[in-house]
Amino acid sequence: MTIQFNEETFRDDYSFRNSDWAIKRFPFPFHEDSYMYSVNMEQHRGGPEGSVYEKRFDVDEHYVSEMRDRAIVLADDPLRCQSLPHMTLAGWDTLELIMVSKSEDYPDLFELHRDGDRWRWINKPMGIDHTFTFLDETTLPCGPLEYITRQAQGDYAVLDQRNDMLYMDAGMITTQADWSLDFDIGMDFFEWHAPVPLAHEMGIFKRALKFLLNVQQGAPARRLNWTMTVNPLLDTSPENYHKWGVQKSTLTPQNIGSKQHLRVELQTFYRLPRSNALLFPIRCYLIAFQDIVTIPKWGRRLHRVIRDLPEELATYKGFIDNRPMMLDYLSQYDDGLPTSPGVWPDLDTEPPLQK
Amino acid sequence: MSAAPQKAKAGAEKIEVEVSAIVPLNDLVTRFEFTRRDGLPFPPFSAGAHTVVEMNDDGRTRLNPYSLMSDPADSTKYAISVRRDDEGRGGSLFMHRKVKVGDTMTITYPVNLFPLDLRGRKHVFLAGGIGITPFMAMIAYLERMGGAWELHYACRSEALGTYVDELTSRHPNKVHVYYDDKKQAIALEDLLDGQPLGTHVYVCGPQGMIQWVHKTAAAHGWPDENVHSEEFLAPQPGKPFEVRLCKSDITIQVGEHESLLEAIERCGVEAPFLCRGGACGQCETDVVEADGEFIHRDHWLDDDDHASGKKIMPCVSRFVGKTLVLDR
Ligand code: HEM
Ligand code: FES
Repeated sequence: MTIQFNEETFRDDYSFRNSDWAIKRFPFPFHEDSYMYSVNMEQHRGGPEGSVYEKRFDVDEHYVSEMRDRAIVLADDPLRCQSLPHMTLAGWDTLELIMVSKSEDYPDLFELHRDGDRWRWINKPMGIDHTFTFLDETTLPCGPLEYITRQAQGDYAVLDQRNDMLYMDAGMITTQADWSLDFDIGMDFFEWHAPVPLAHEMGIFKRALKFLLNVQQGAPARRLNWTMTVNPLLDTSPENYHKWGVQKSTLTPQNIGSKQHLRVELQTFYRLPRSNALLFPIRCYLIAFQDIVTIPKWGRRLHRVIRDLPEELATYKGFIDNRPMMLDYLSQYDDGLPTSPGVWPDLDTEPPLQK
Repeated sequence: MSAAPQKAKAGAEKIEVEVSAIVPLNDLVTRFEFTRRDGLPFPPFSAGAHTVVEMNDDGRTRLNPYSLMSDPADSTKYAISVRRDDEGRGGSLFMHRKVKVGDTMTITYPVNLFPLDLRGRKHVFLAGGIGITPFMAMIAYLERMGGAWELHYACRSEALGTYVDELTSRHPNKVHVYYDDKKQAIALEDLLDGQPLGTHVYVCGPQGMIQWVHKTAAAHGWPDENVHSEEFLAPQPGKPFEVRLCKSDITIQVGEHESLLEAIERCGVEAPFLCRGGACGQCETDVVEADGEFIHRDHWLDDDDHASGKKIMPCVSRFVGKTLVLDR
């Protein structure tokens, strides 16, 4: 299908919207009526047709506007993209992986023509047609990681693997849920995860690291993470907390349906072939509460998950103060009926709201 | 999450290949070159990676890891060099005696448990015998990227100096060869003392050599993380034993000349693995019940895990005793 790209903003007037298509394919993260951290990794080898899991790097209606938002963030703060000197090869690996995947998965939008090291890359939605020499930085306007991730939705952490540990040694981070590349650069897996509550004690990070160290070339993996964001903001960084943190207090019972967004990250894991580094794309999907509740199963379930979520998690995710207002709103969409297992909307089989 | 439940496959992704060349290098070592059957380019790989070669030896499947020693920039072929081991369990004998040019084989995608530290200002390679193979790829990579390196290569004799001629003629100033039969030895202490800051040392060879390098480097104040080694453990034979696999609900016998992992696979149970040499951690299995003694041989579990009797790495470790029940 050809994608109609939205003209929209993730700041100021917040004209971001999800079409019906985008709502139905939203990666709803809860497969049951409760949530707790777990070692929730699975293979990333496609998924149902049209779902966000189908392609290696999902491209959707927000593509062009998200890339515009990234350019604004970078113009303001170039340190959102960093790469320690030994990570350049991993940057080329990333460029190759994204170009090859996108041109194969979306041949109508992207083309890659390779003649030895002479590569021609065509990105139609962004109007780019560029010929360069693979592994020769002087033929690109910026480093390979920055070049390609200015053209790919989602954040990208690039982890160097040494001595059975992962280090955050490069990245393009402009759509993050309140963490900072500039702060985390060079940290190891346990150090950058230090602020997360409960999961350390549950042994989750120890097991997750063992899994990640073993992610193999040709066999990517994925998991979902989620949080809450008031207004459809991509850039919820600590650097800009003074701008977006205050917006959390603008929520009212009248505007919560349109202002409060569930923020879901589809995180994938790729072993990079030349550098042996690990690529960690973090793709952010936003959806307004008023759109989620159009799917009866999701409305029921979201209410129950938020109601029963341990306090530590609601605090860490930054919505403990707004939780009562969220529950007042969501409870209108929970009639107490059971929900079907799994994450899918099941619109044909789940009953409409009985209220 | 369960977006699209998929069963995890045991082992890495696979590639169908044809044996395109067999090049005997000396009495013991032969190089095997592979091309892809589907005509696509091989995936790029990072220097130091290995592939697991599947051998169908008269109905018995053998899976042996070998370092990729071709140039990582060459996507038209992969090459491995195999040393014939007359005492071993047969994988290398199969390669030497049965494999012919034109045969089709299955190999895995590259897996790297011995990567270069790309922060290194300089890389010093210490090879013993067939341990030269990963360094062939590392040297090709560093030559292309303009990285600094030197090689110190200990061989039994001139006649068994695999790739010595090629290496010394191409890189006369960077390659240093030592022959055992001429009583030549690497002057390790001097070598370590003379290196600039930011140098990394890599050793691949017999177990004794690896330990010697780690010990000497530590004694000379080298940080552990600047000393890298790769040692594939070949599974060792041992007394037969019986194991109950409780998830699969079967009891199996492990023979004298097979590993626990091989016995599990022979009985049709899929078990995860990557290196089959006790290094990658992928085959880690929980012990449900045990009355007897473990023979742990892996590099993966720590001493506490070994002492706990709660975990075993079936690719290399064994068991002697009355009962062993595994969560598999
Ligand atoms: C190498 C890949 C990964 C990177 C780069 C990464 C990075 C991060 C970062 C930067 C944070 C925010 C920490 C903060 O508050 O400052 C975070 C949170 C978290 N990470 Fe990871 N992570 C990775 C893999 C994983 C994996 C495999 C798991 C598996 C369980 C995991 C579980 C979590 C959890 C549970 C949180 C808290 C999220 C929340 O409640 O919103 N991470 N991660
Ligand atoms: S398969 Fe790698 S440790 Fe057993």
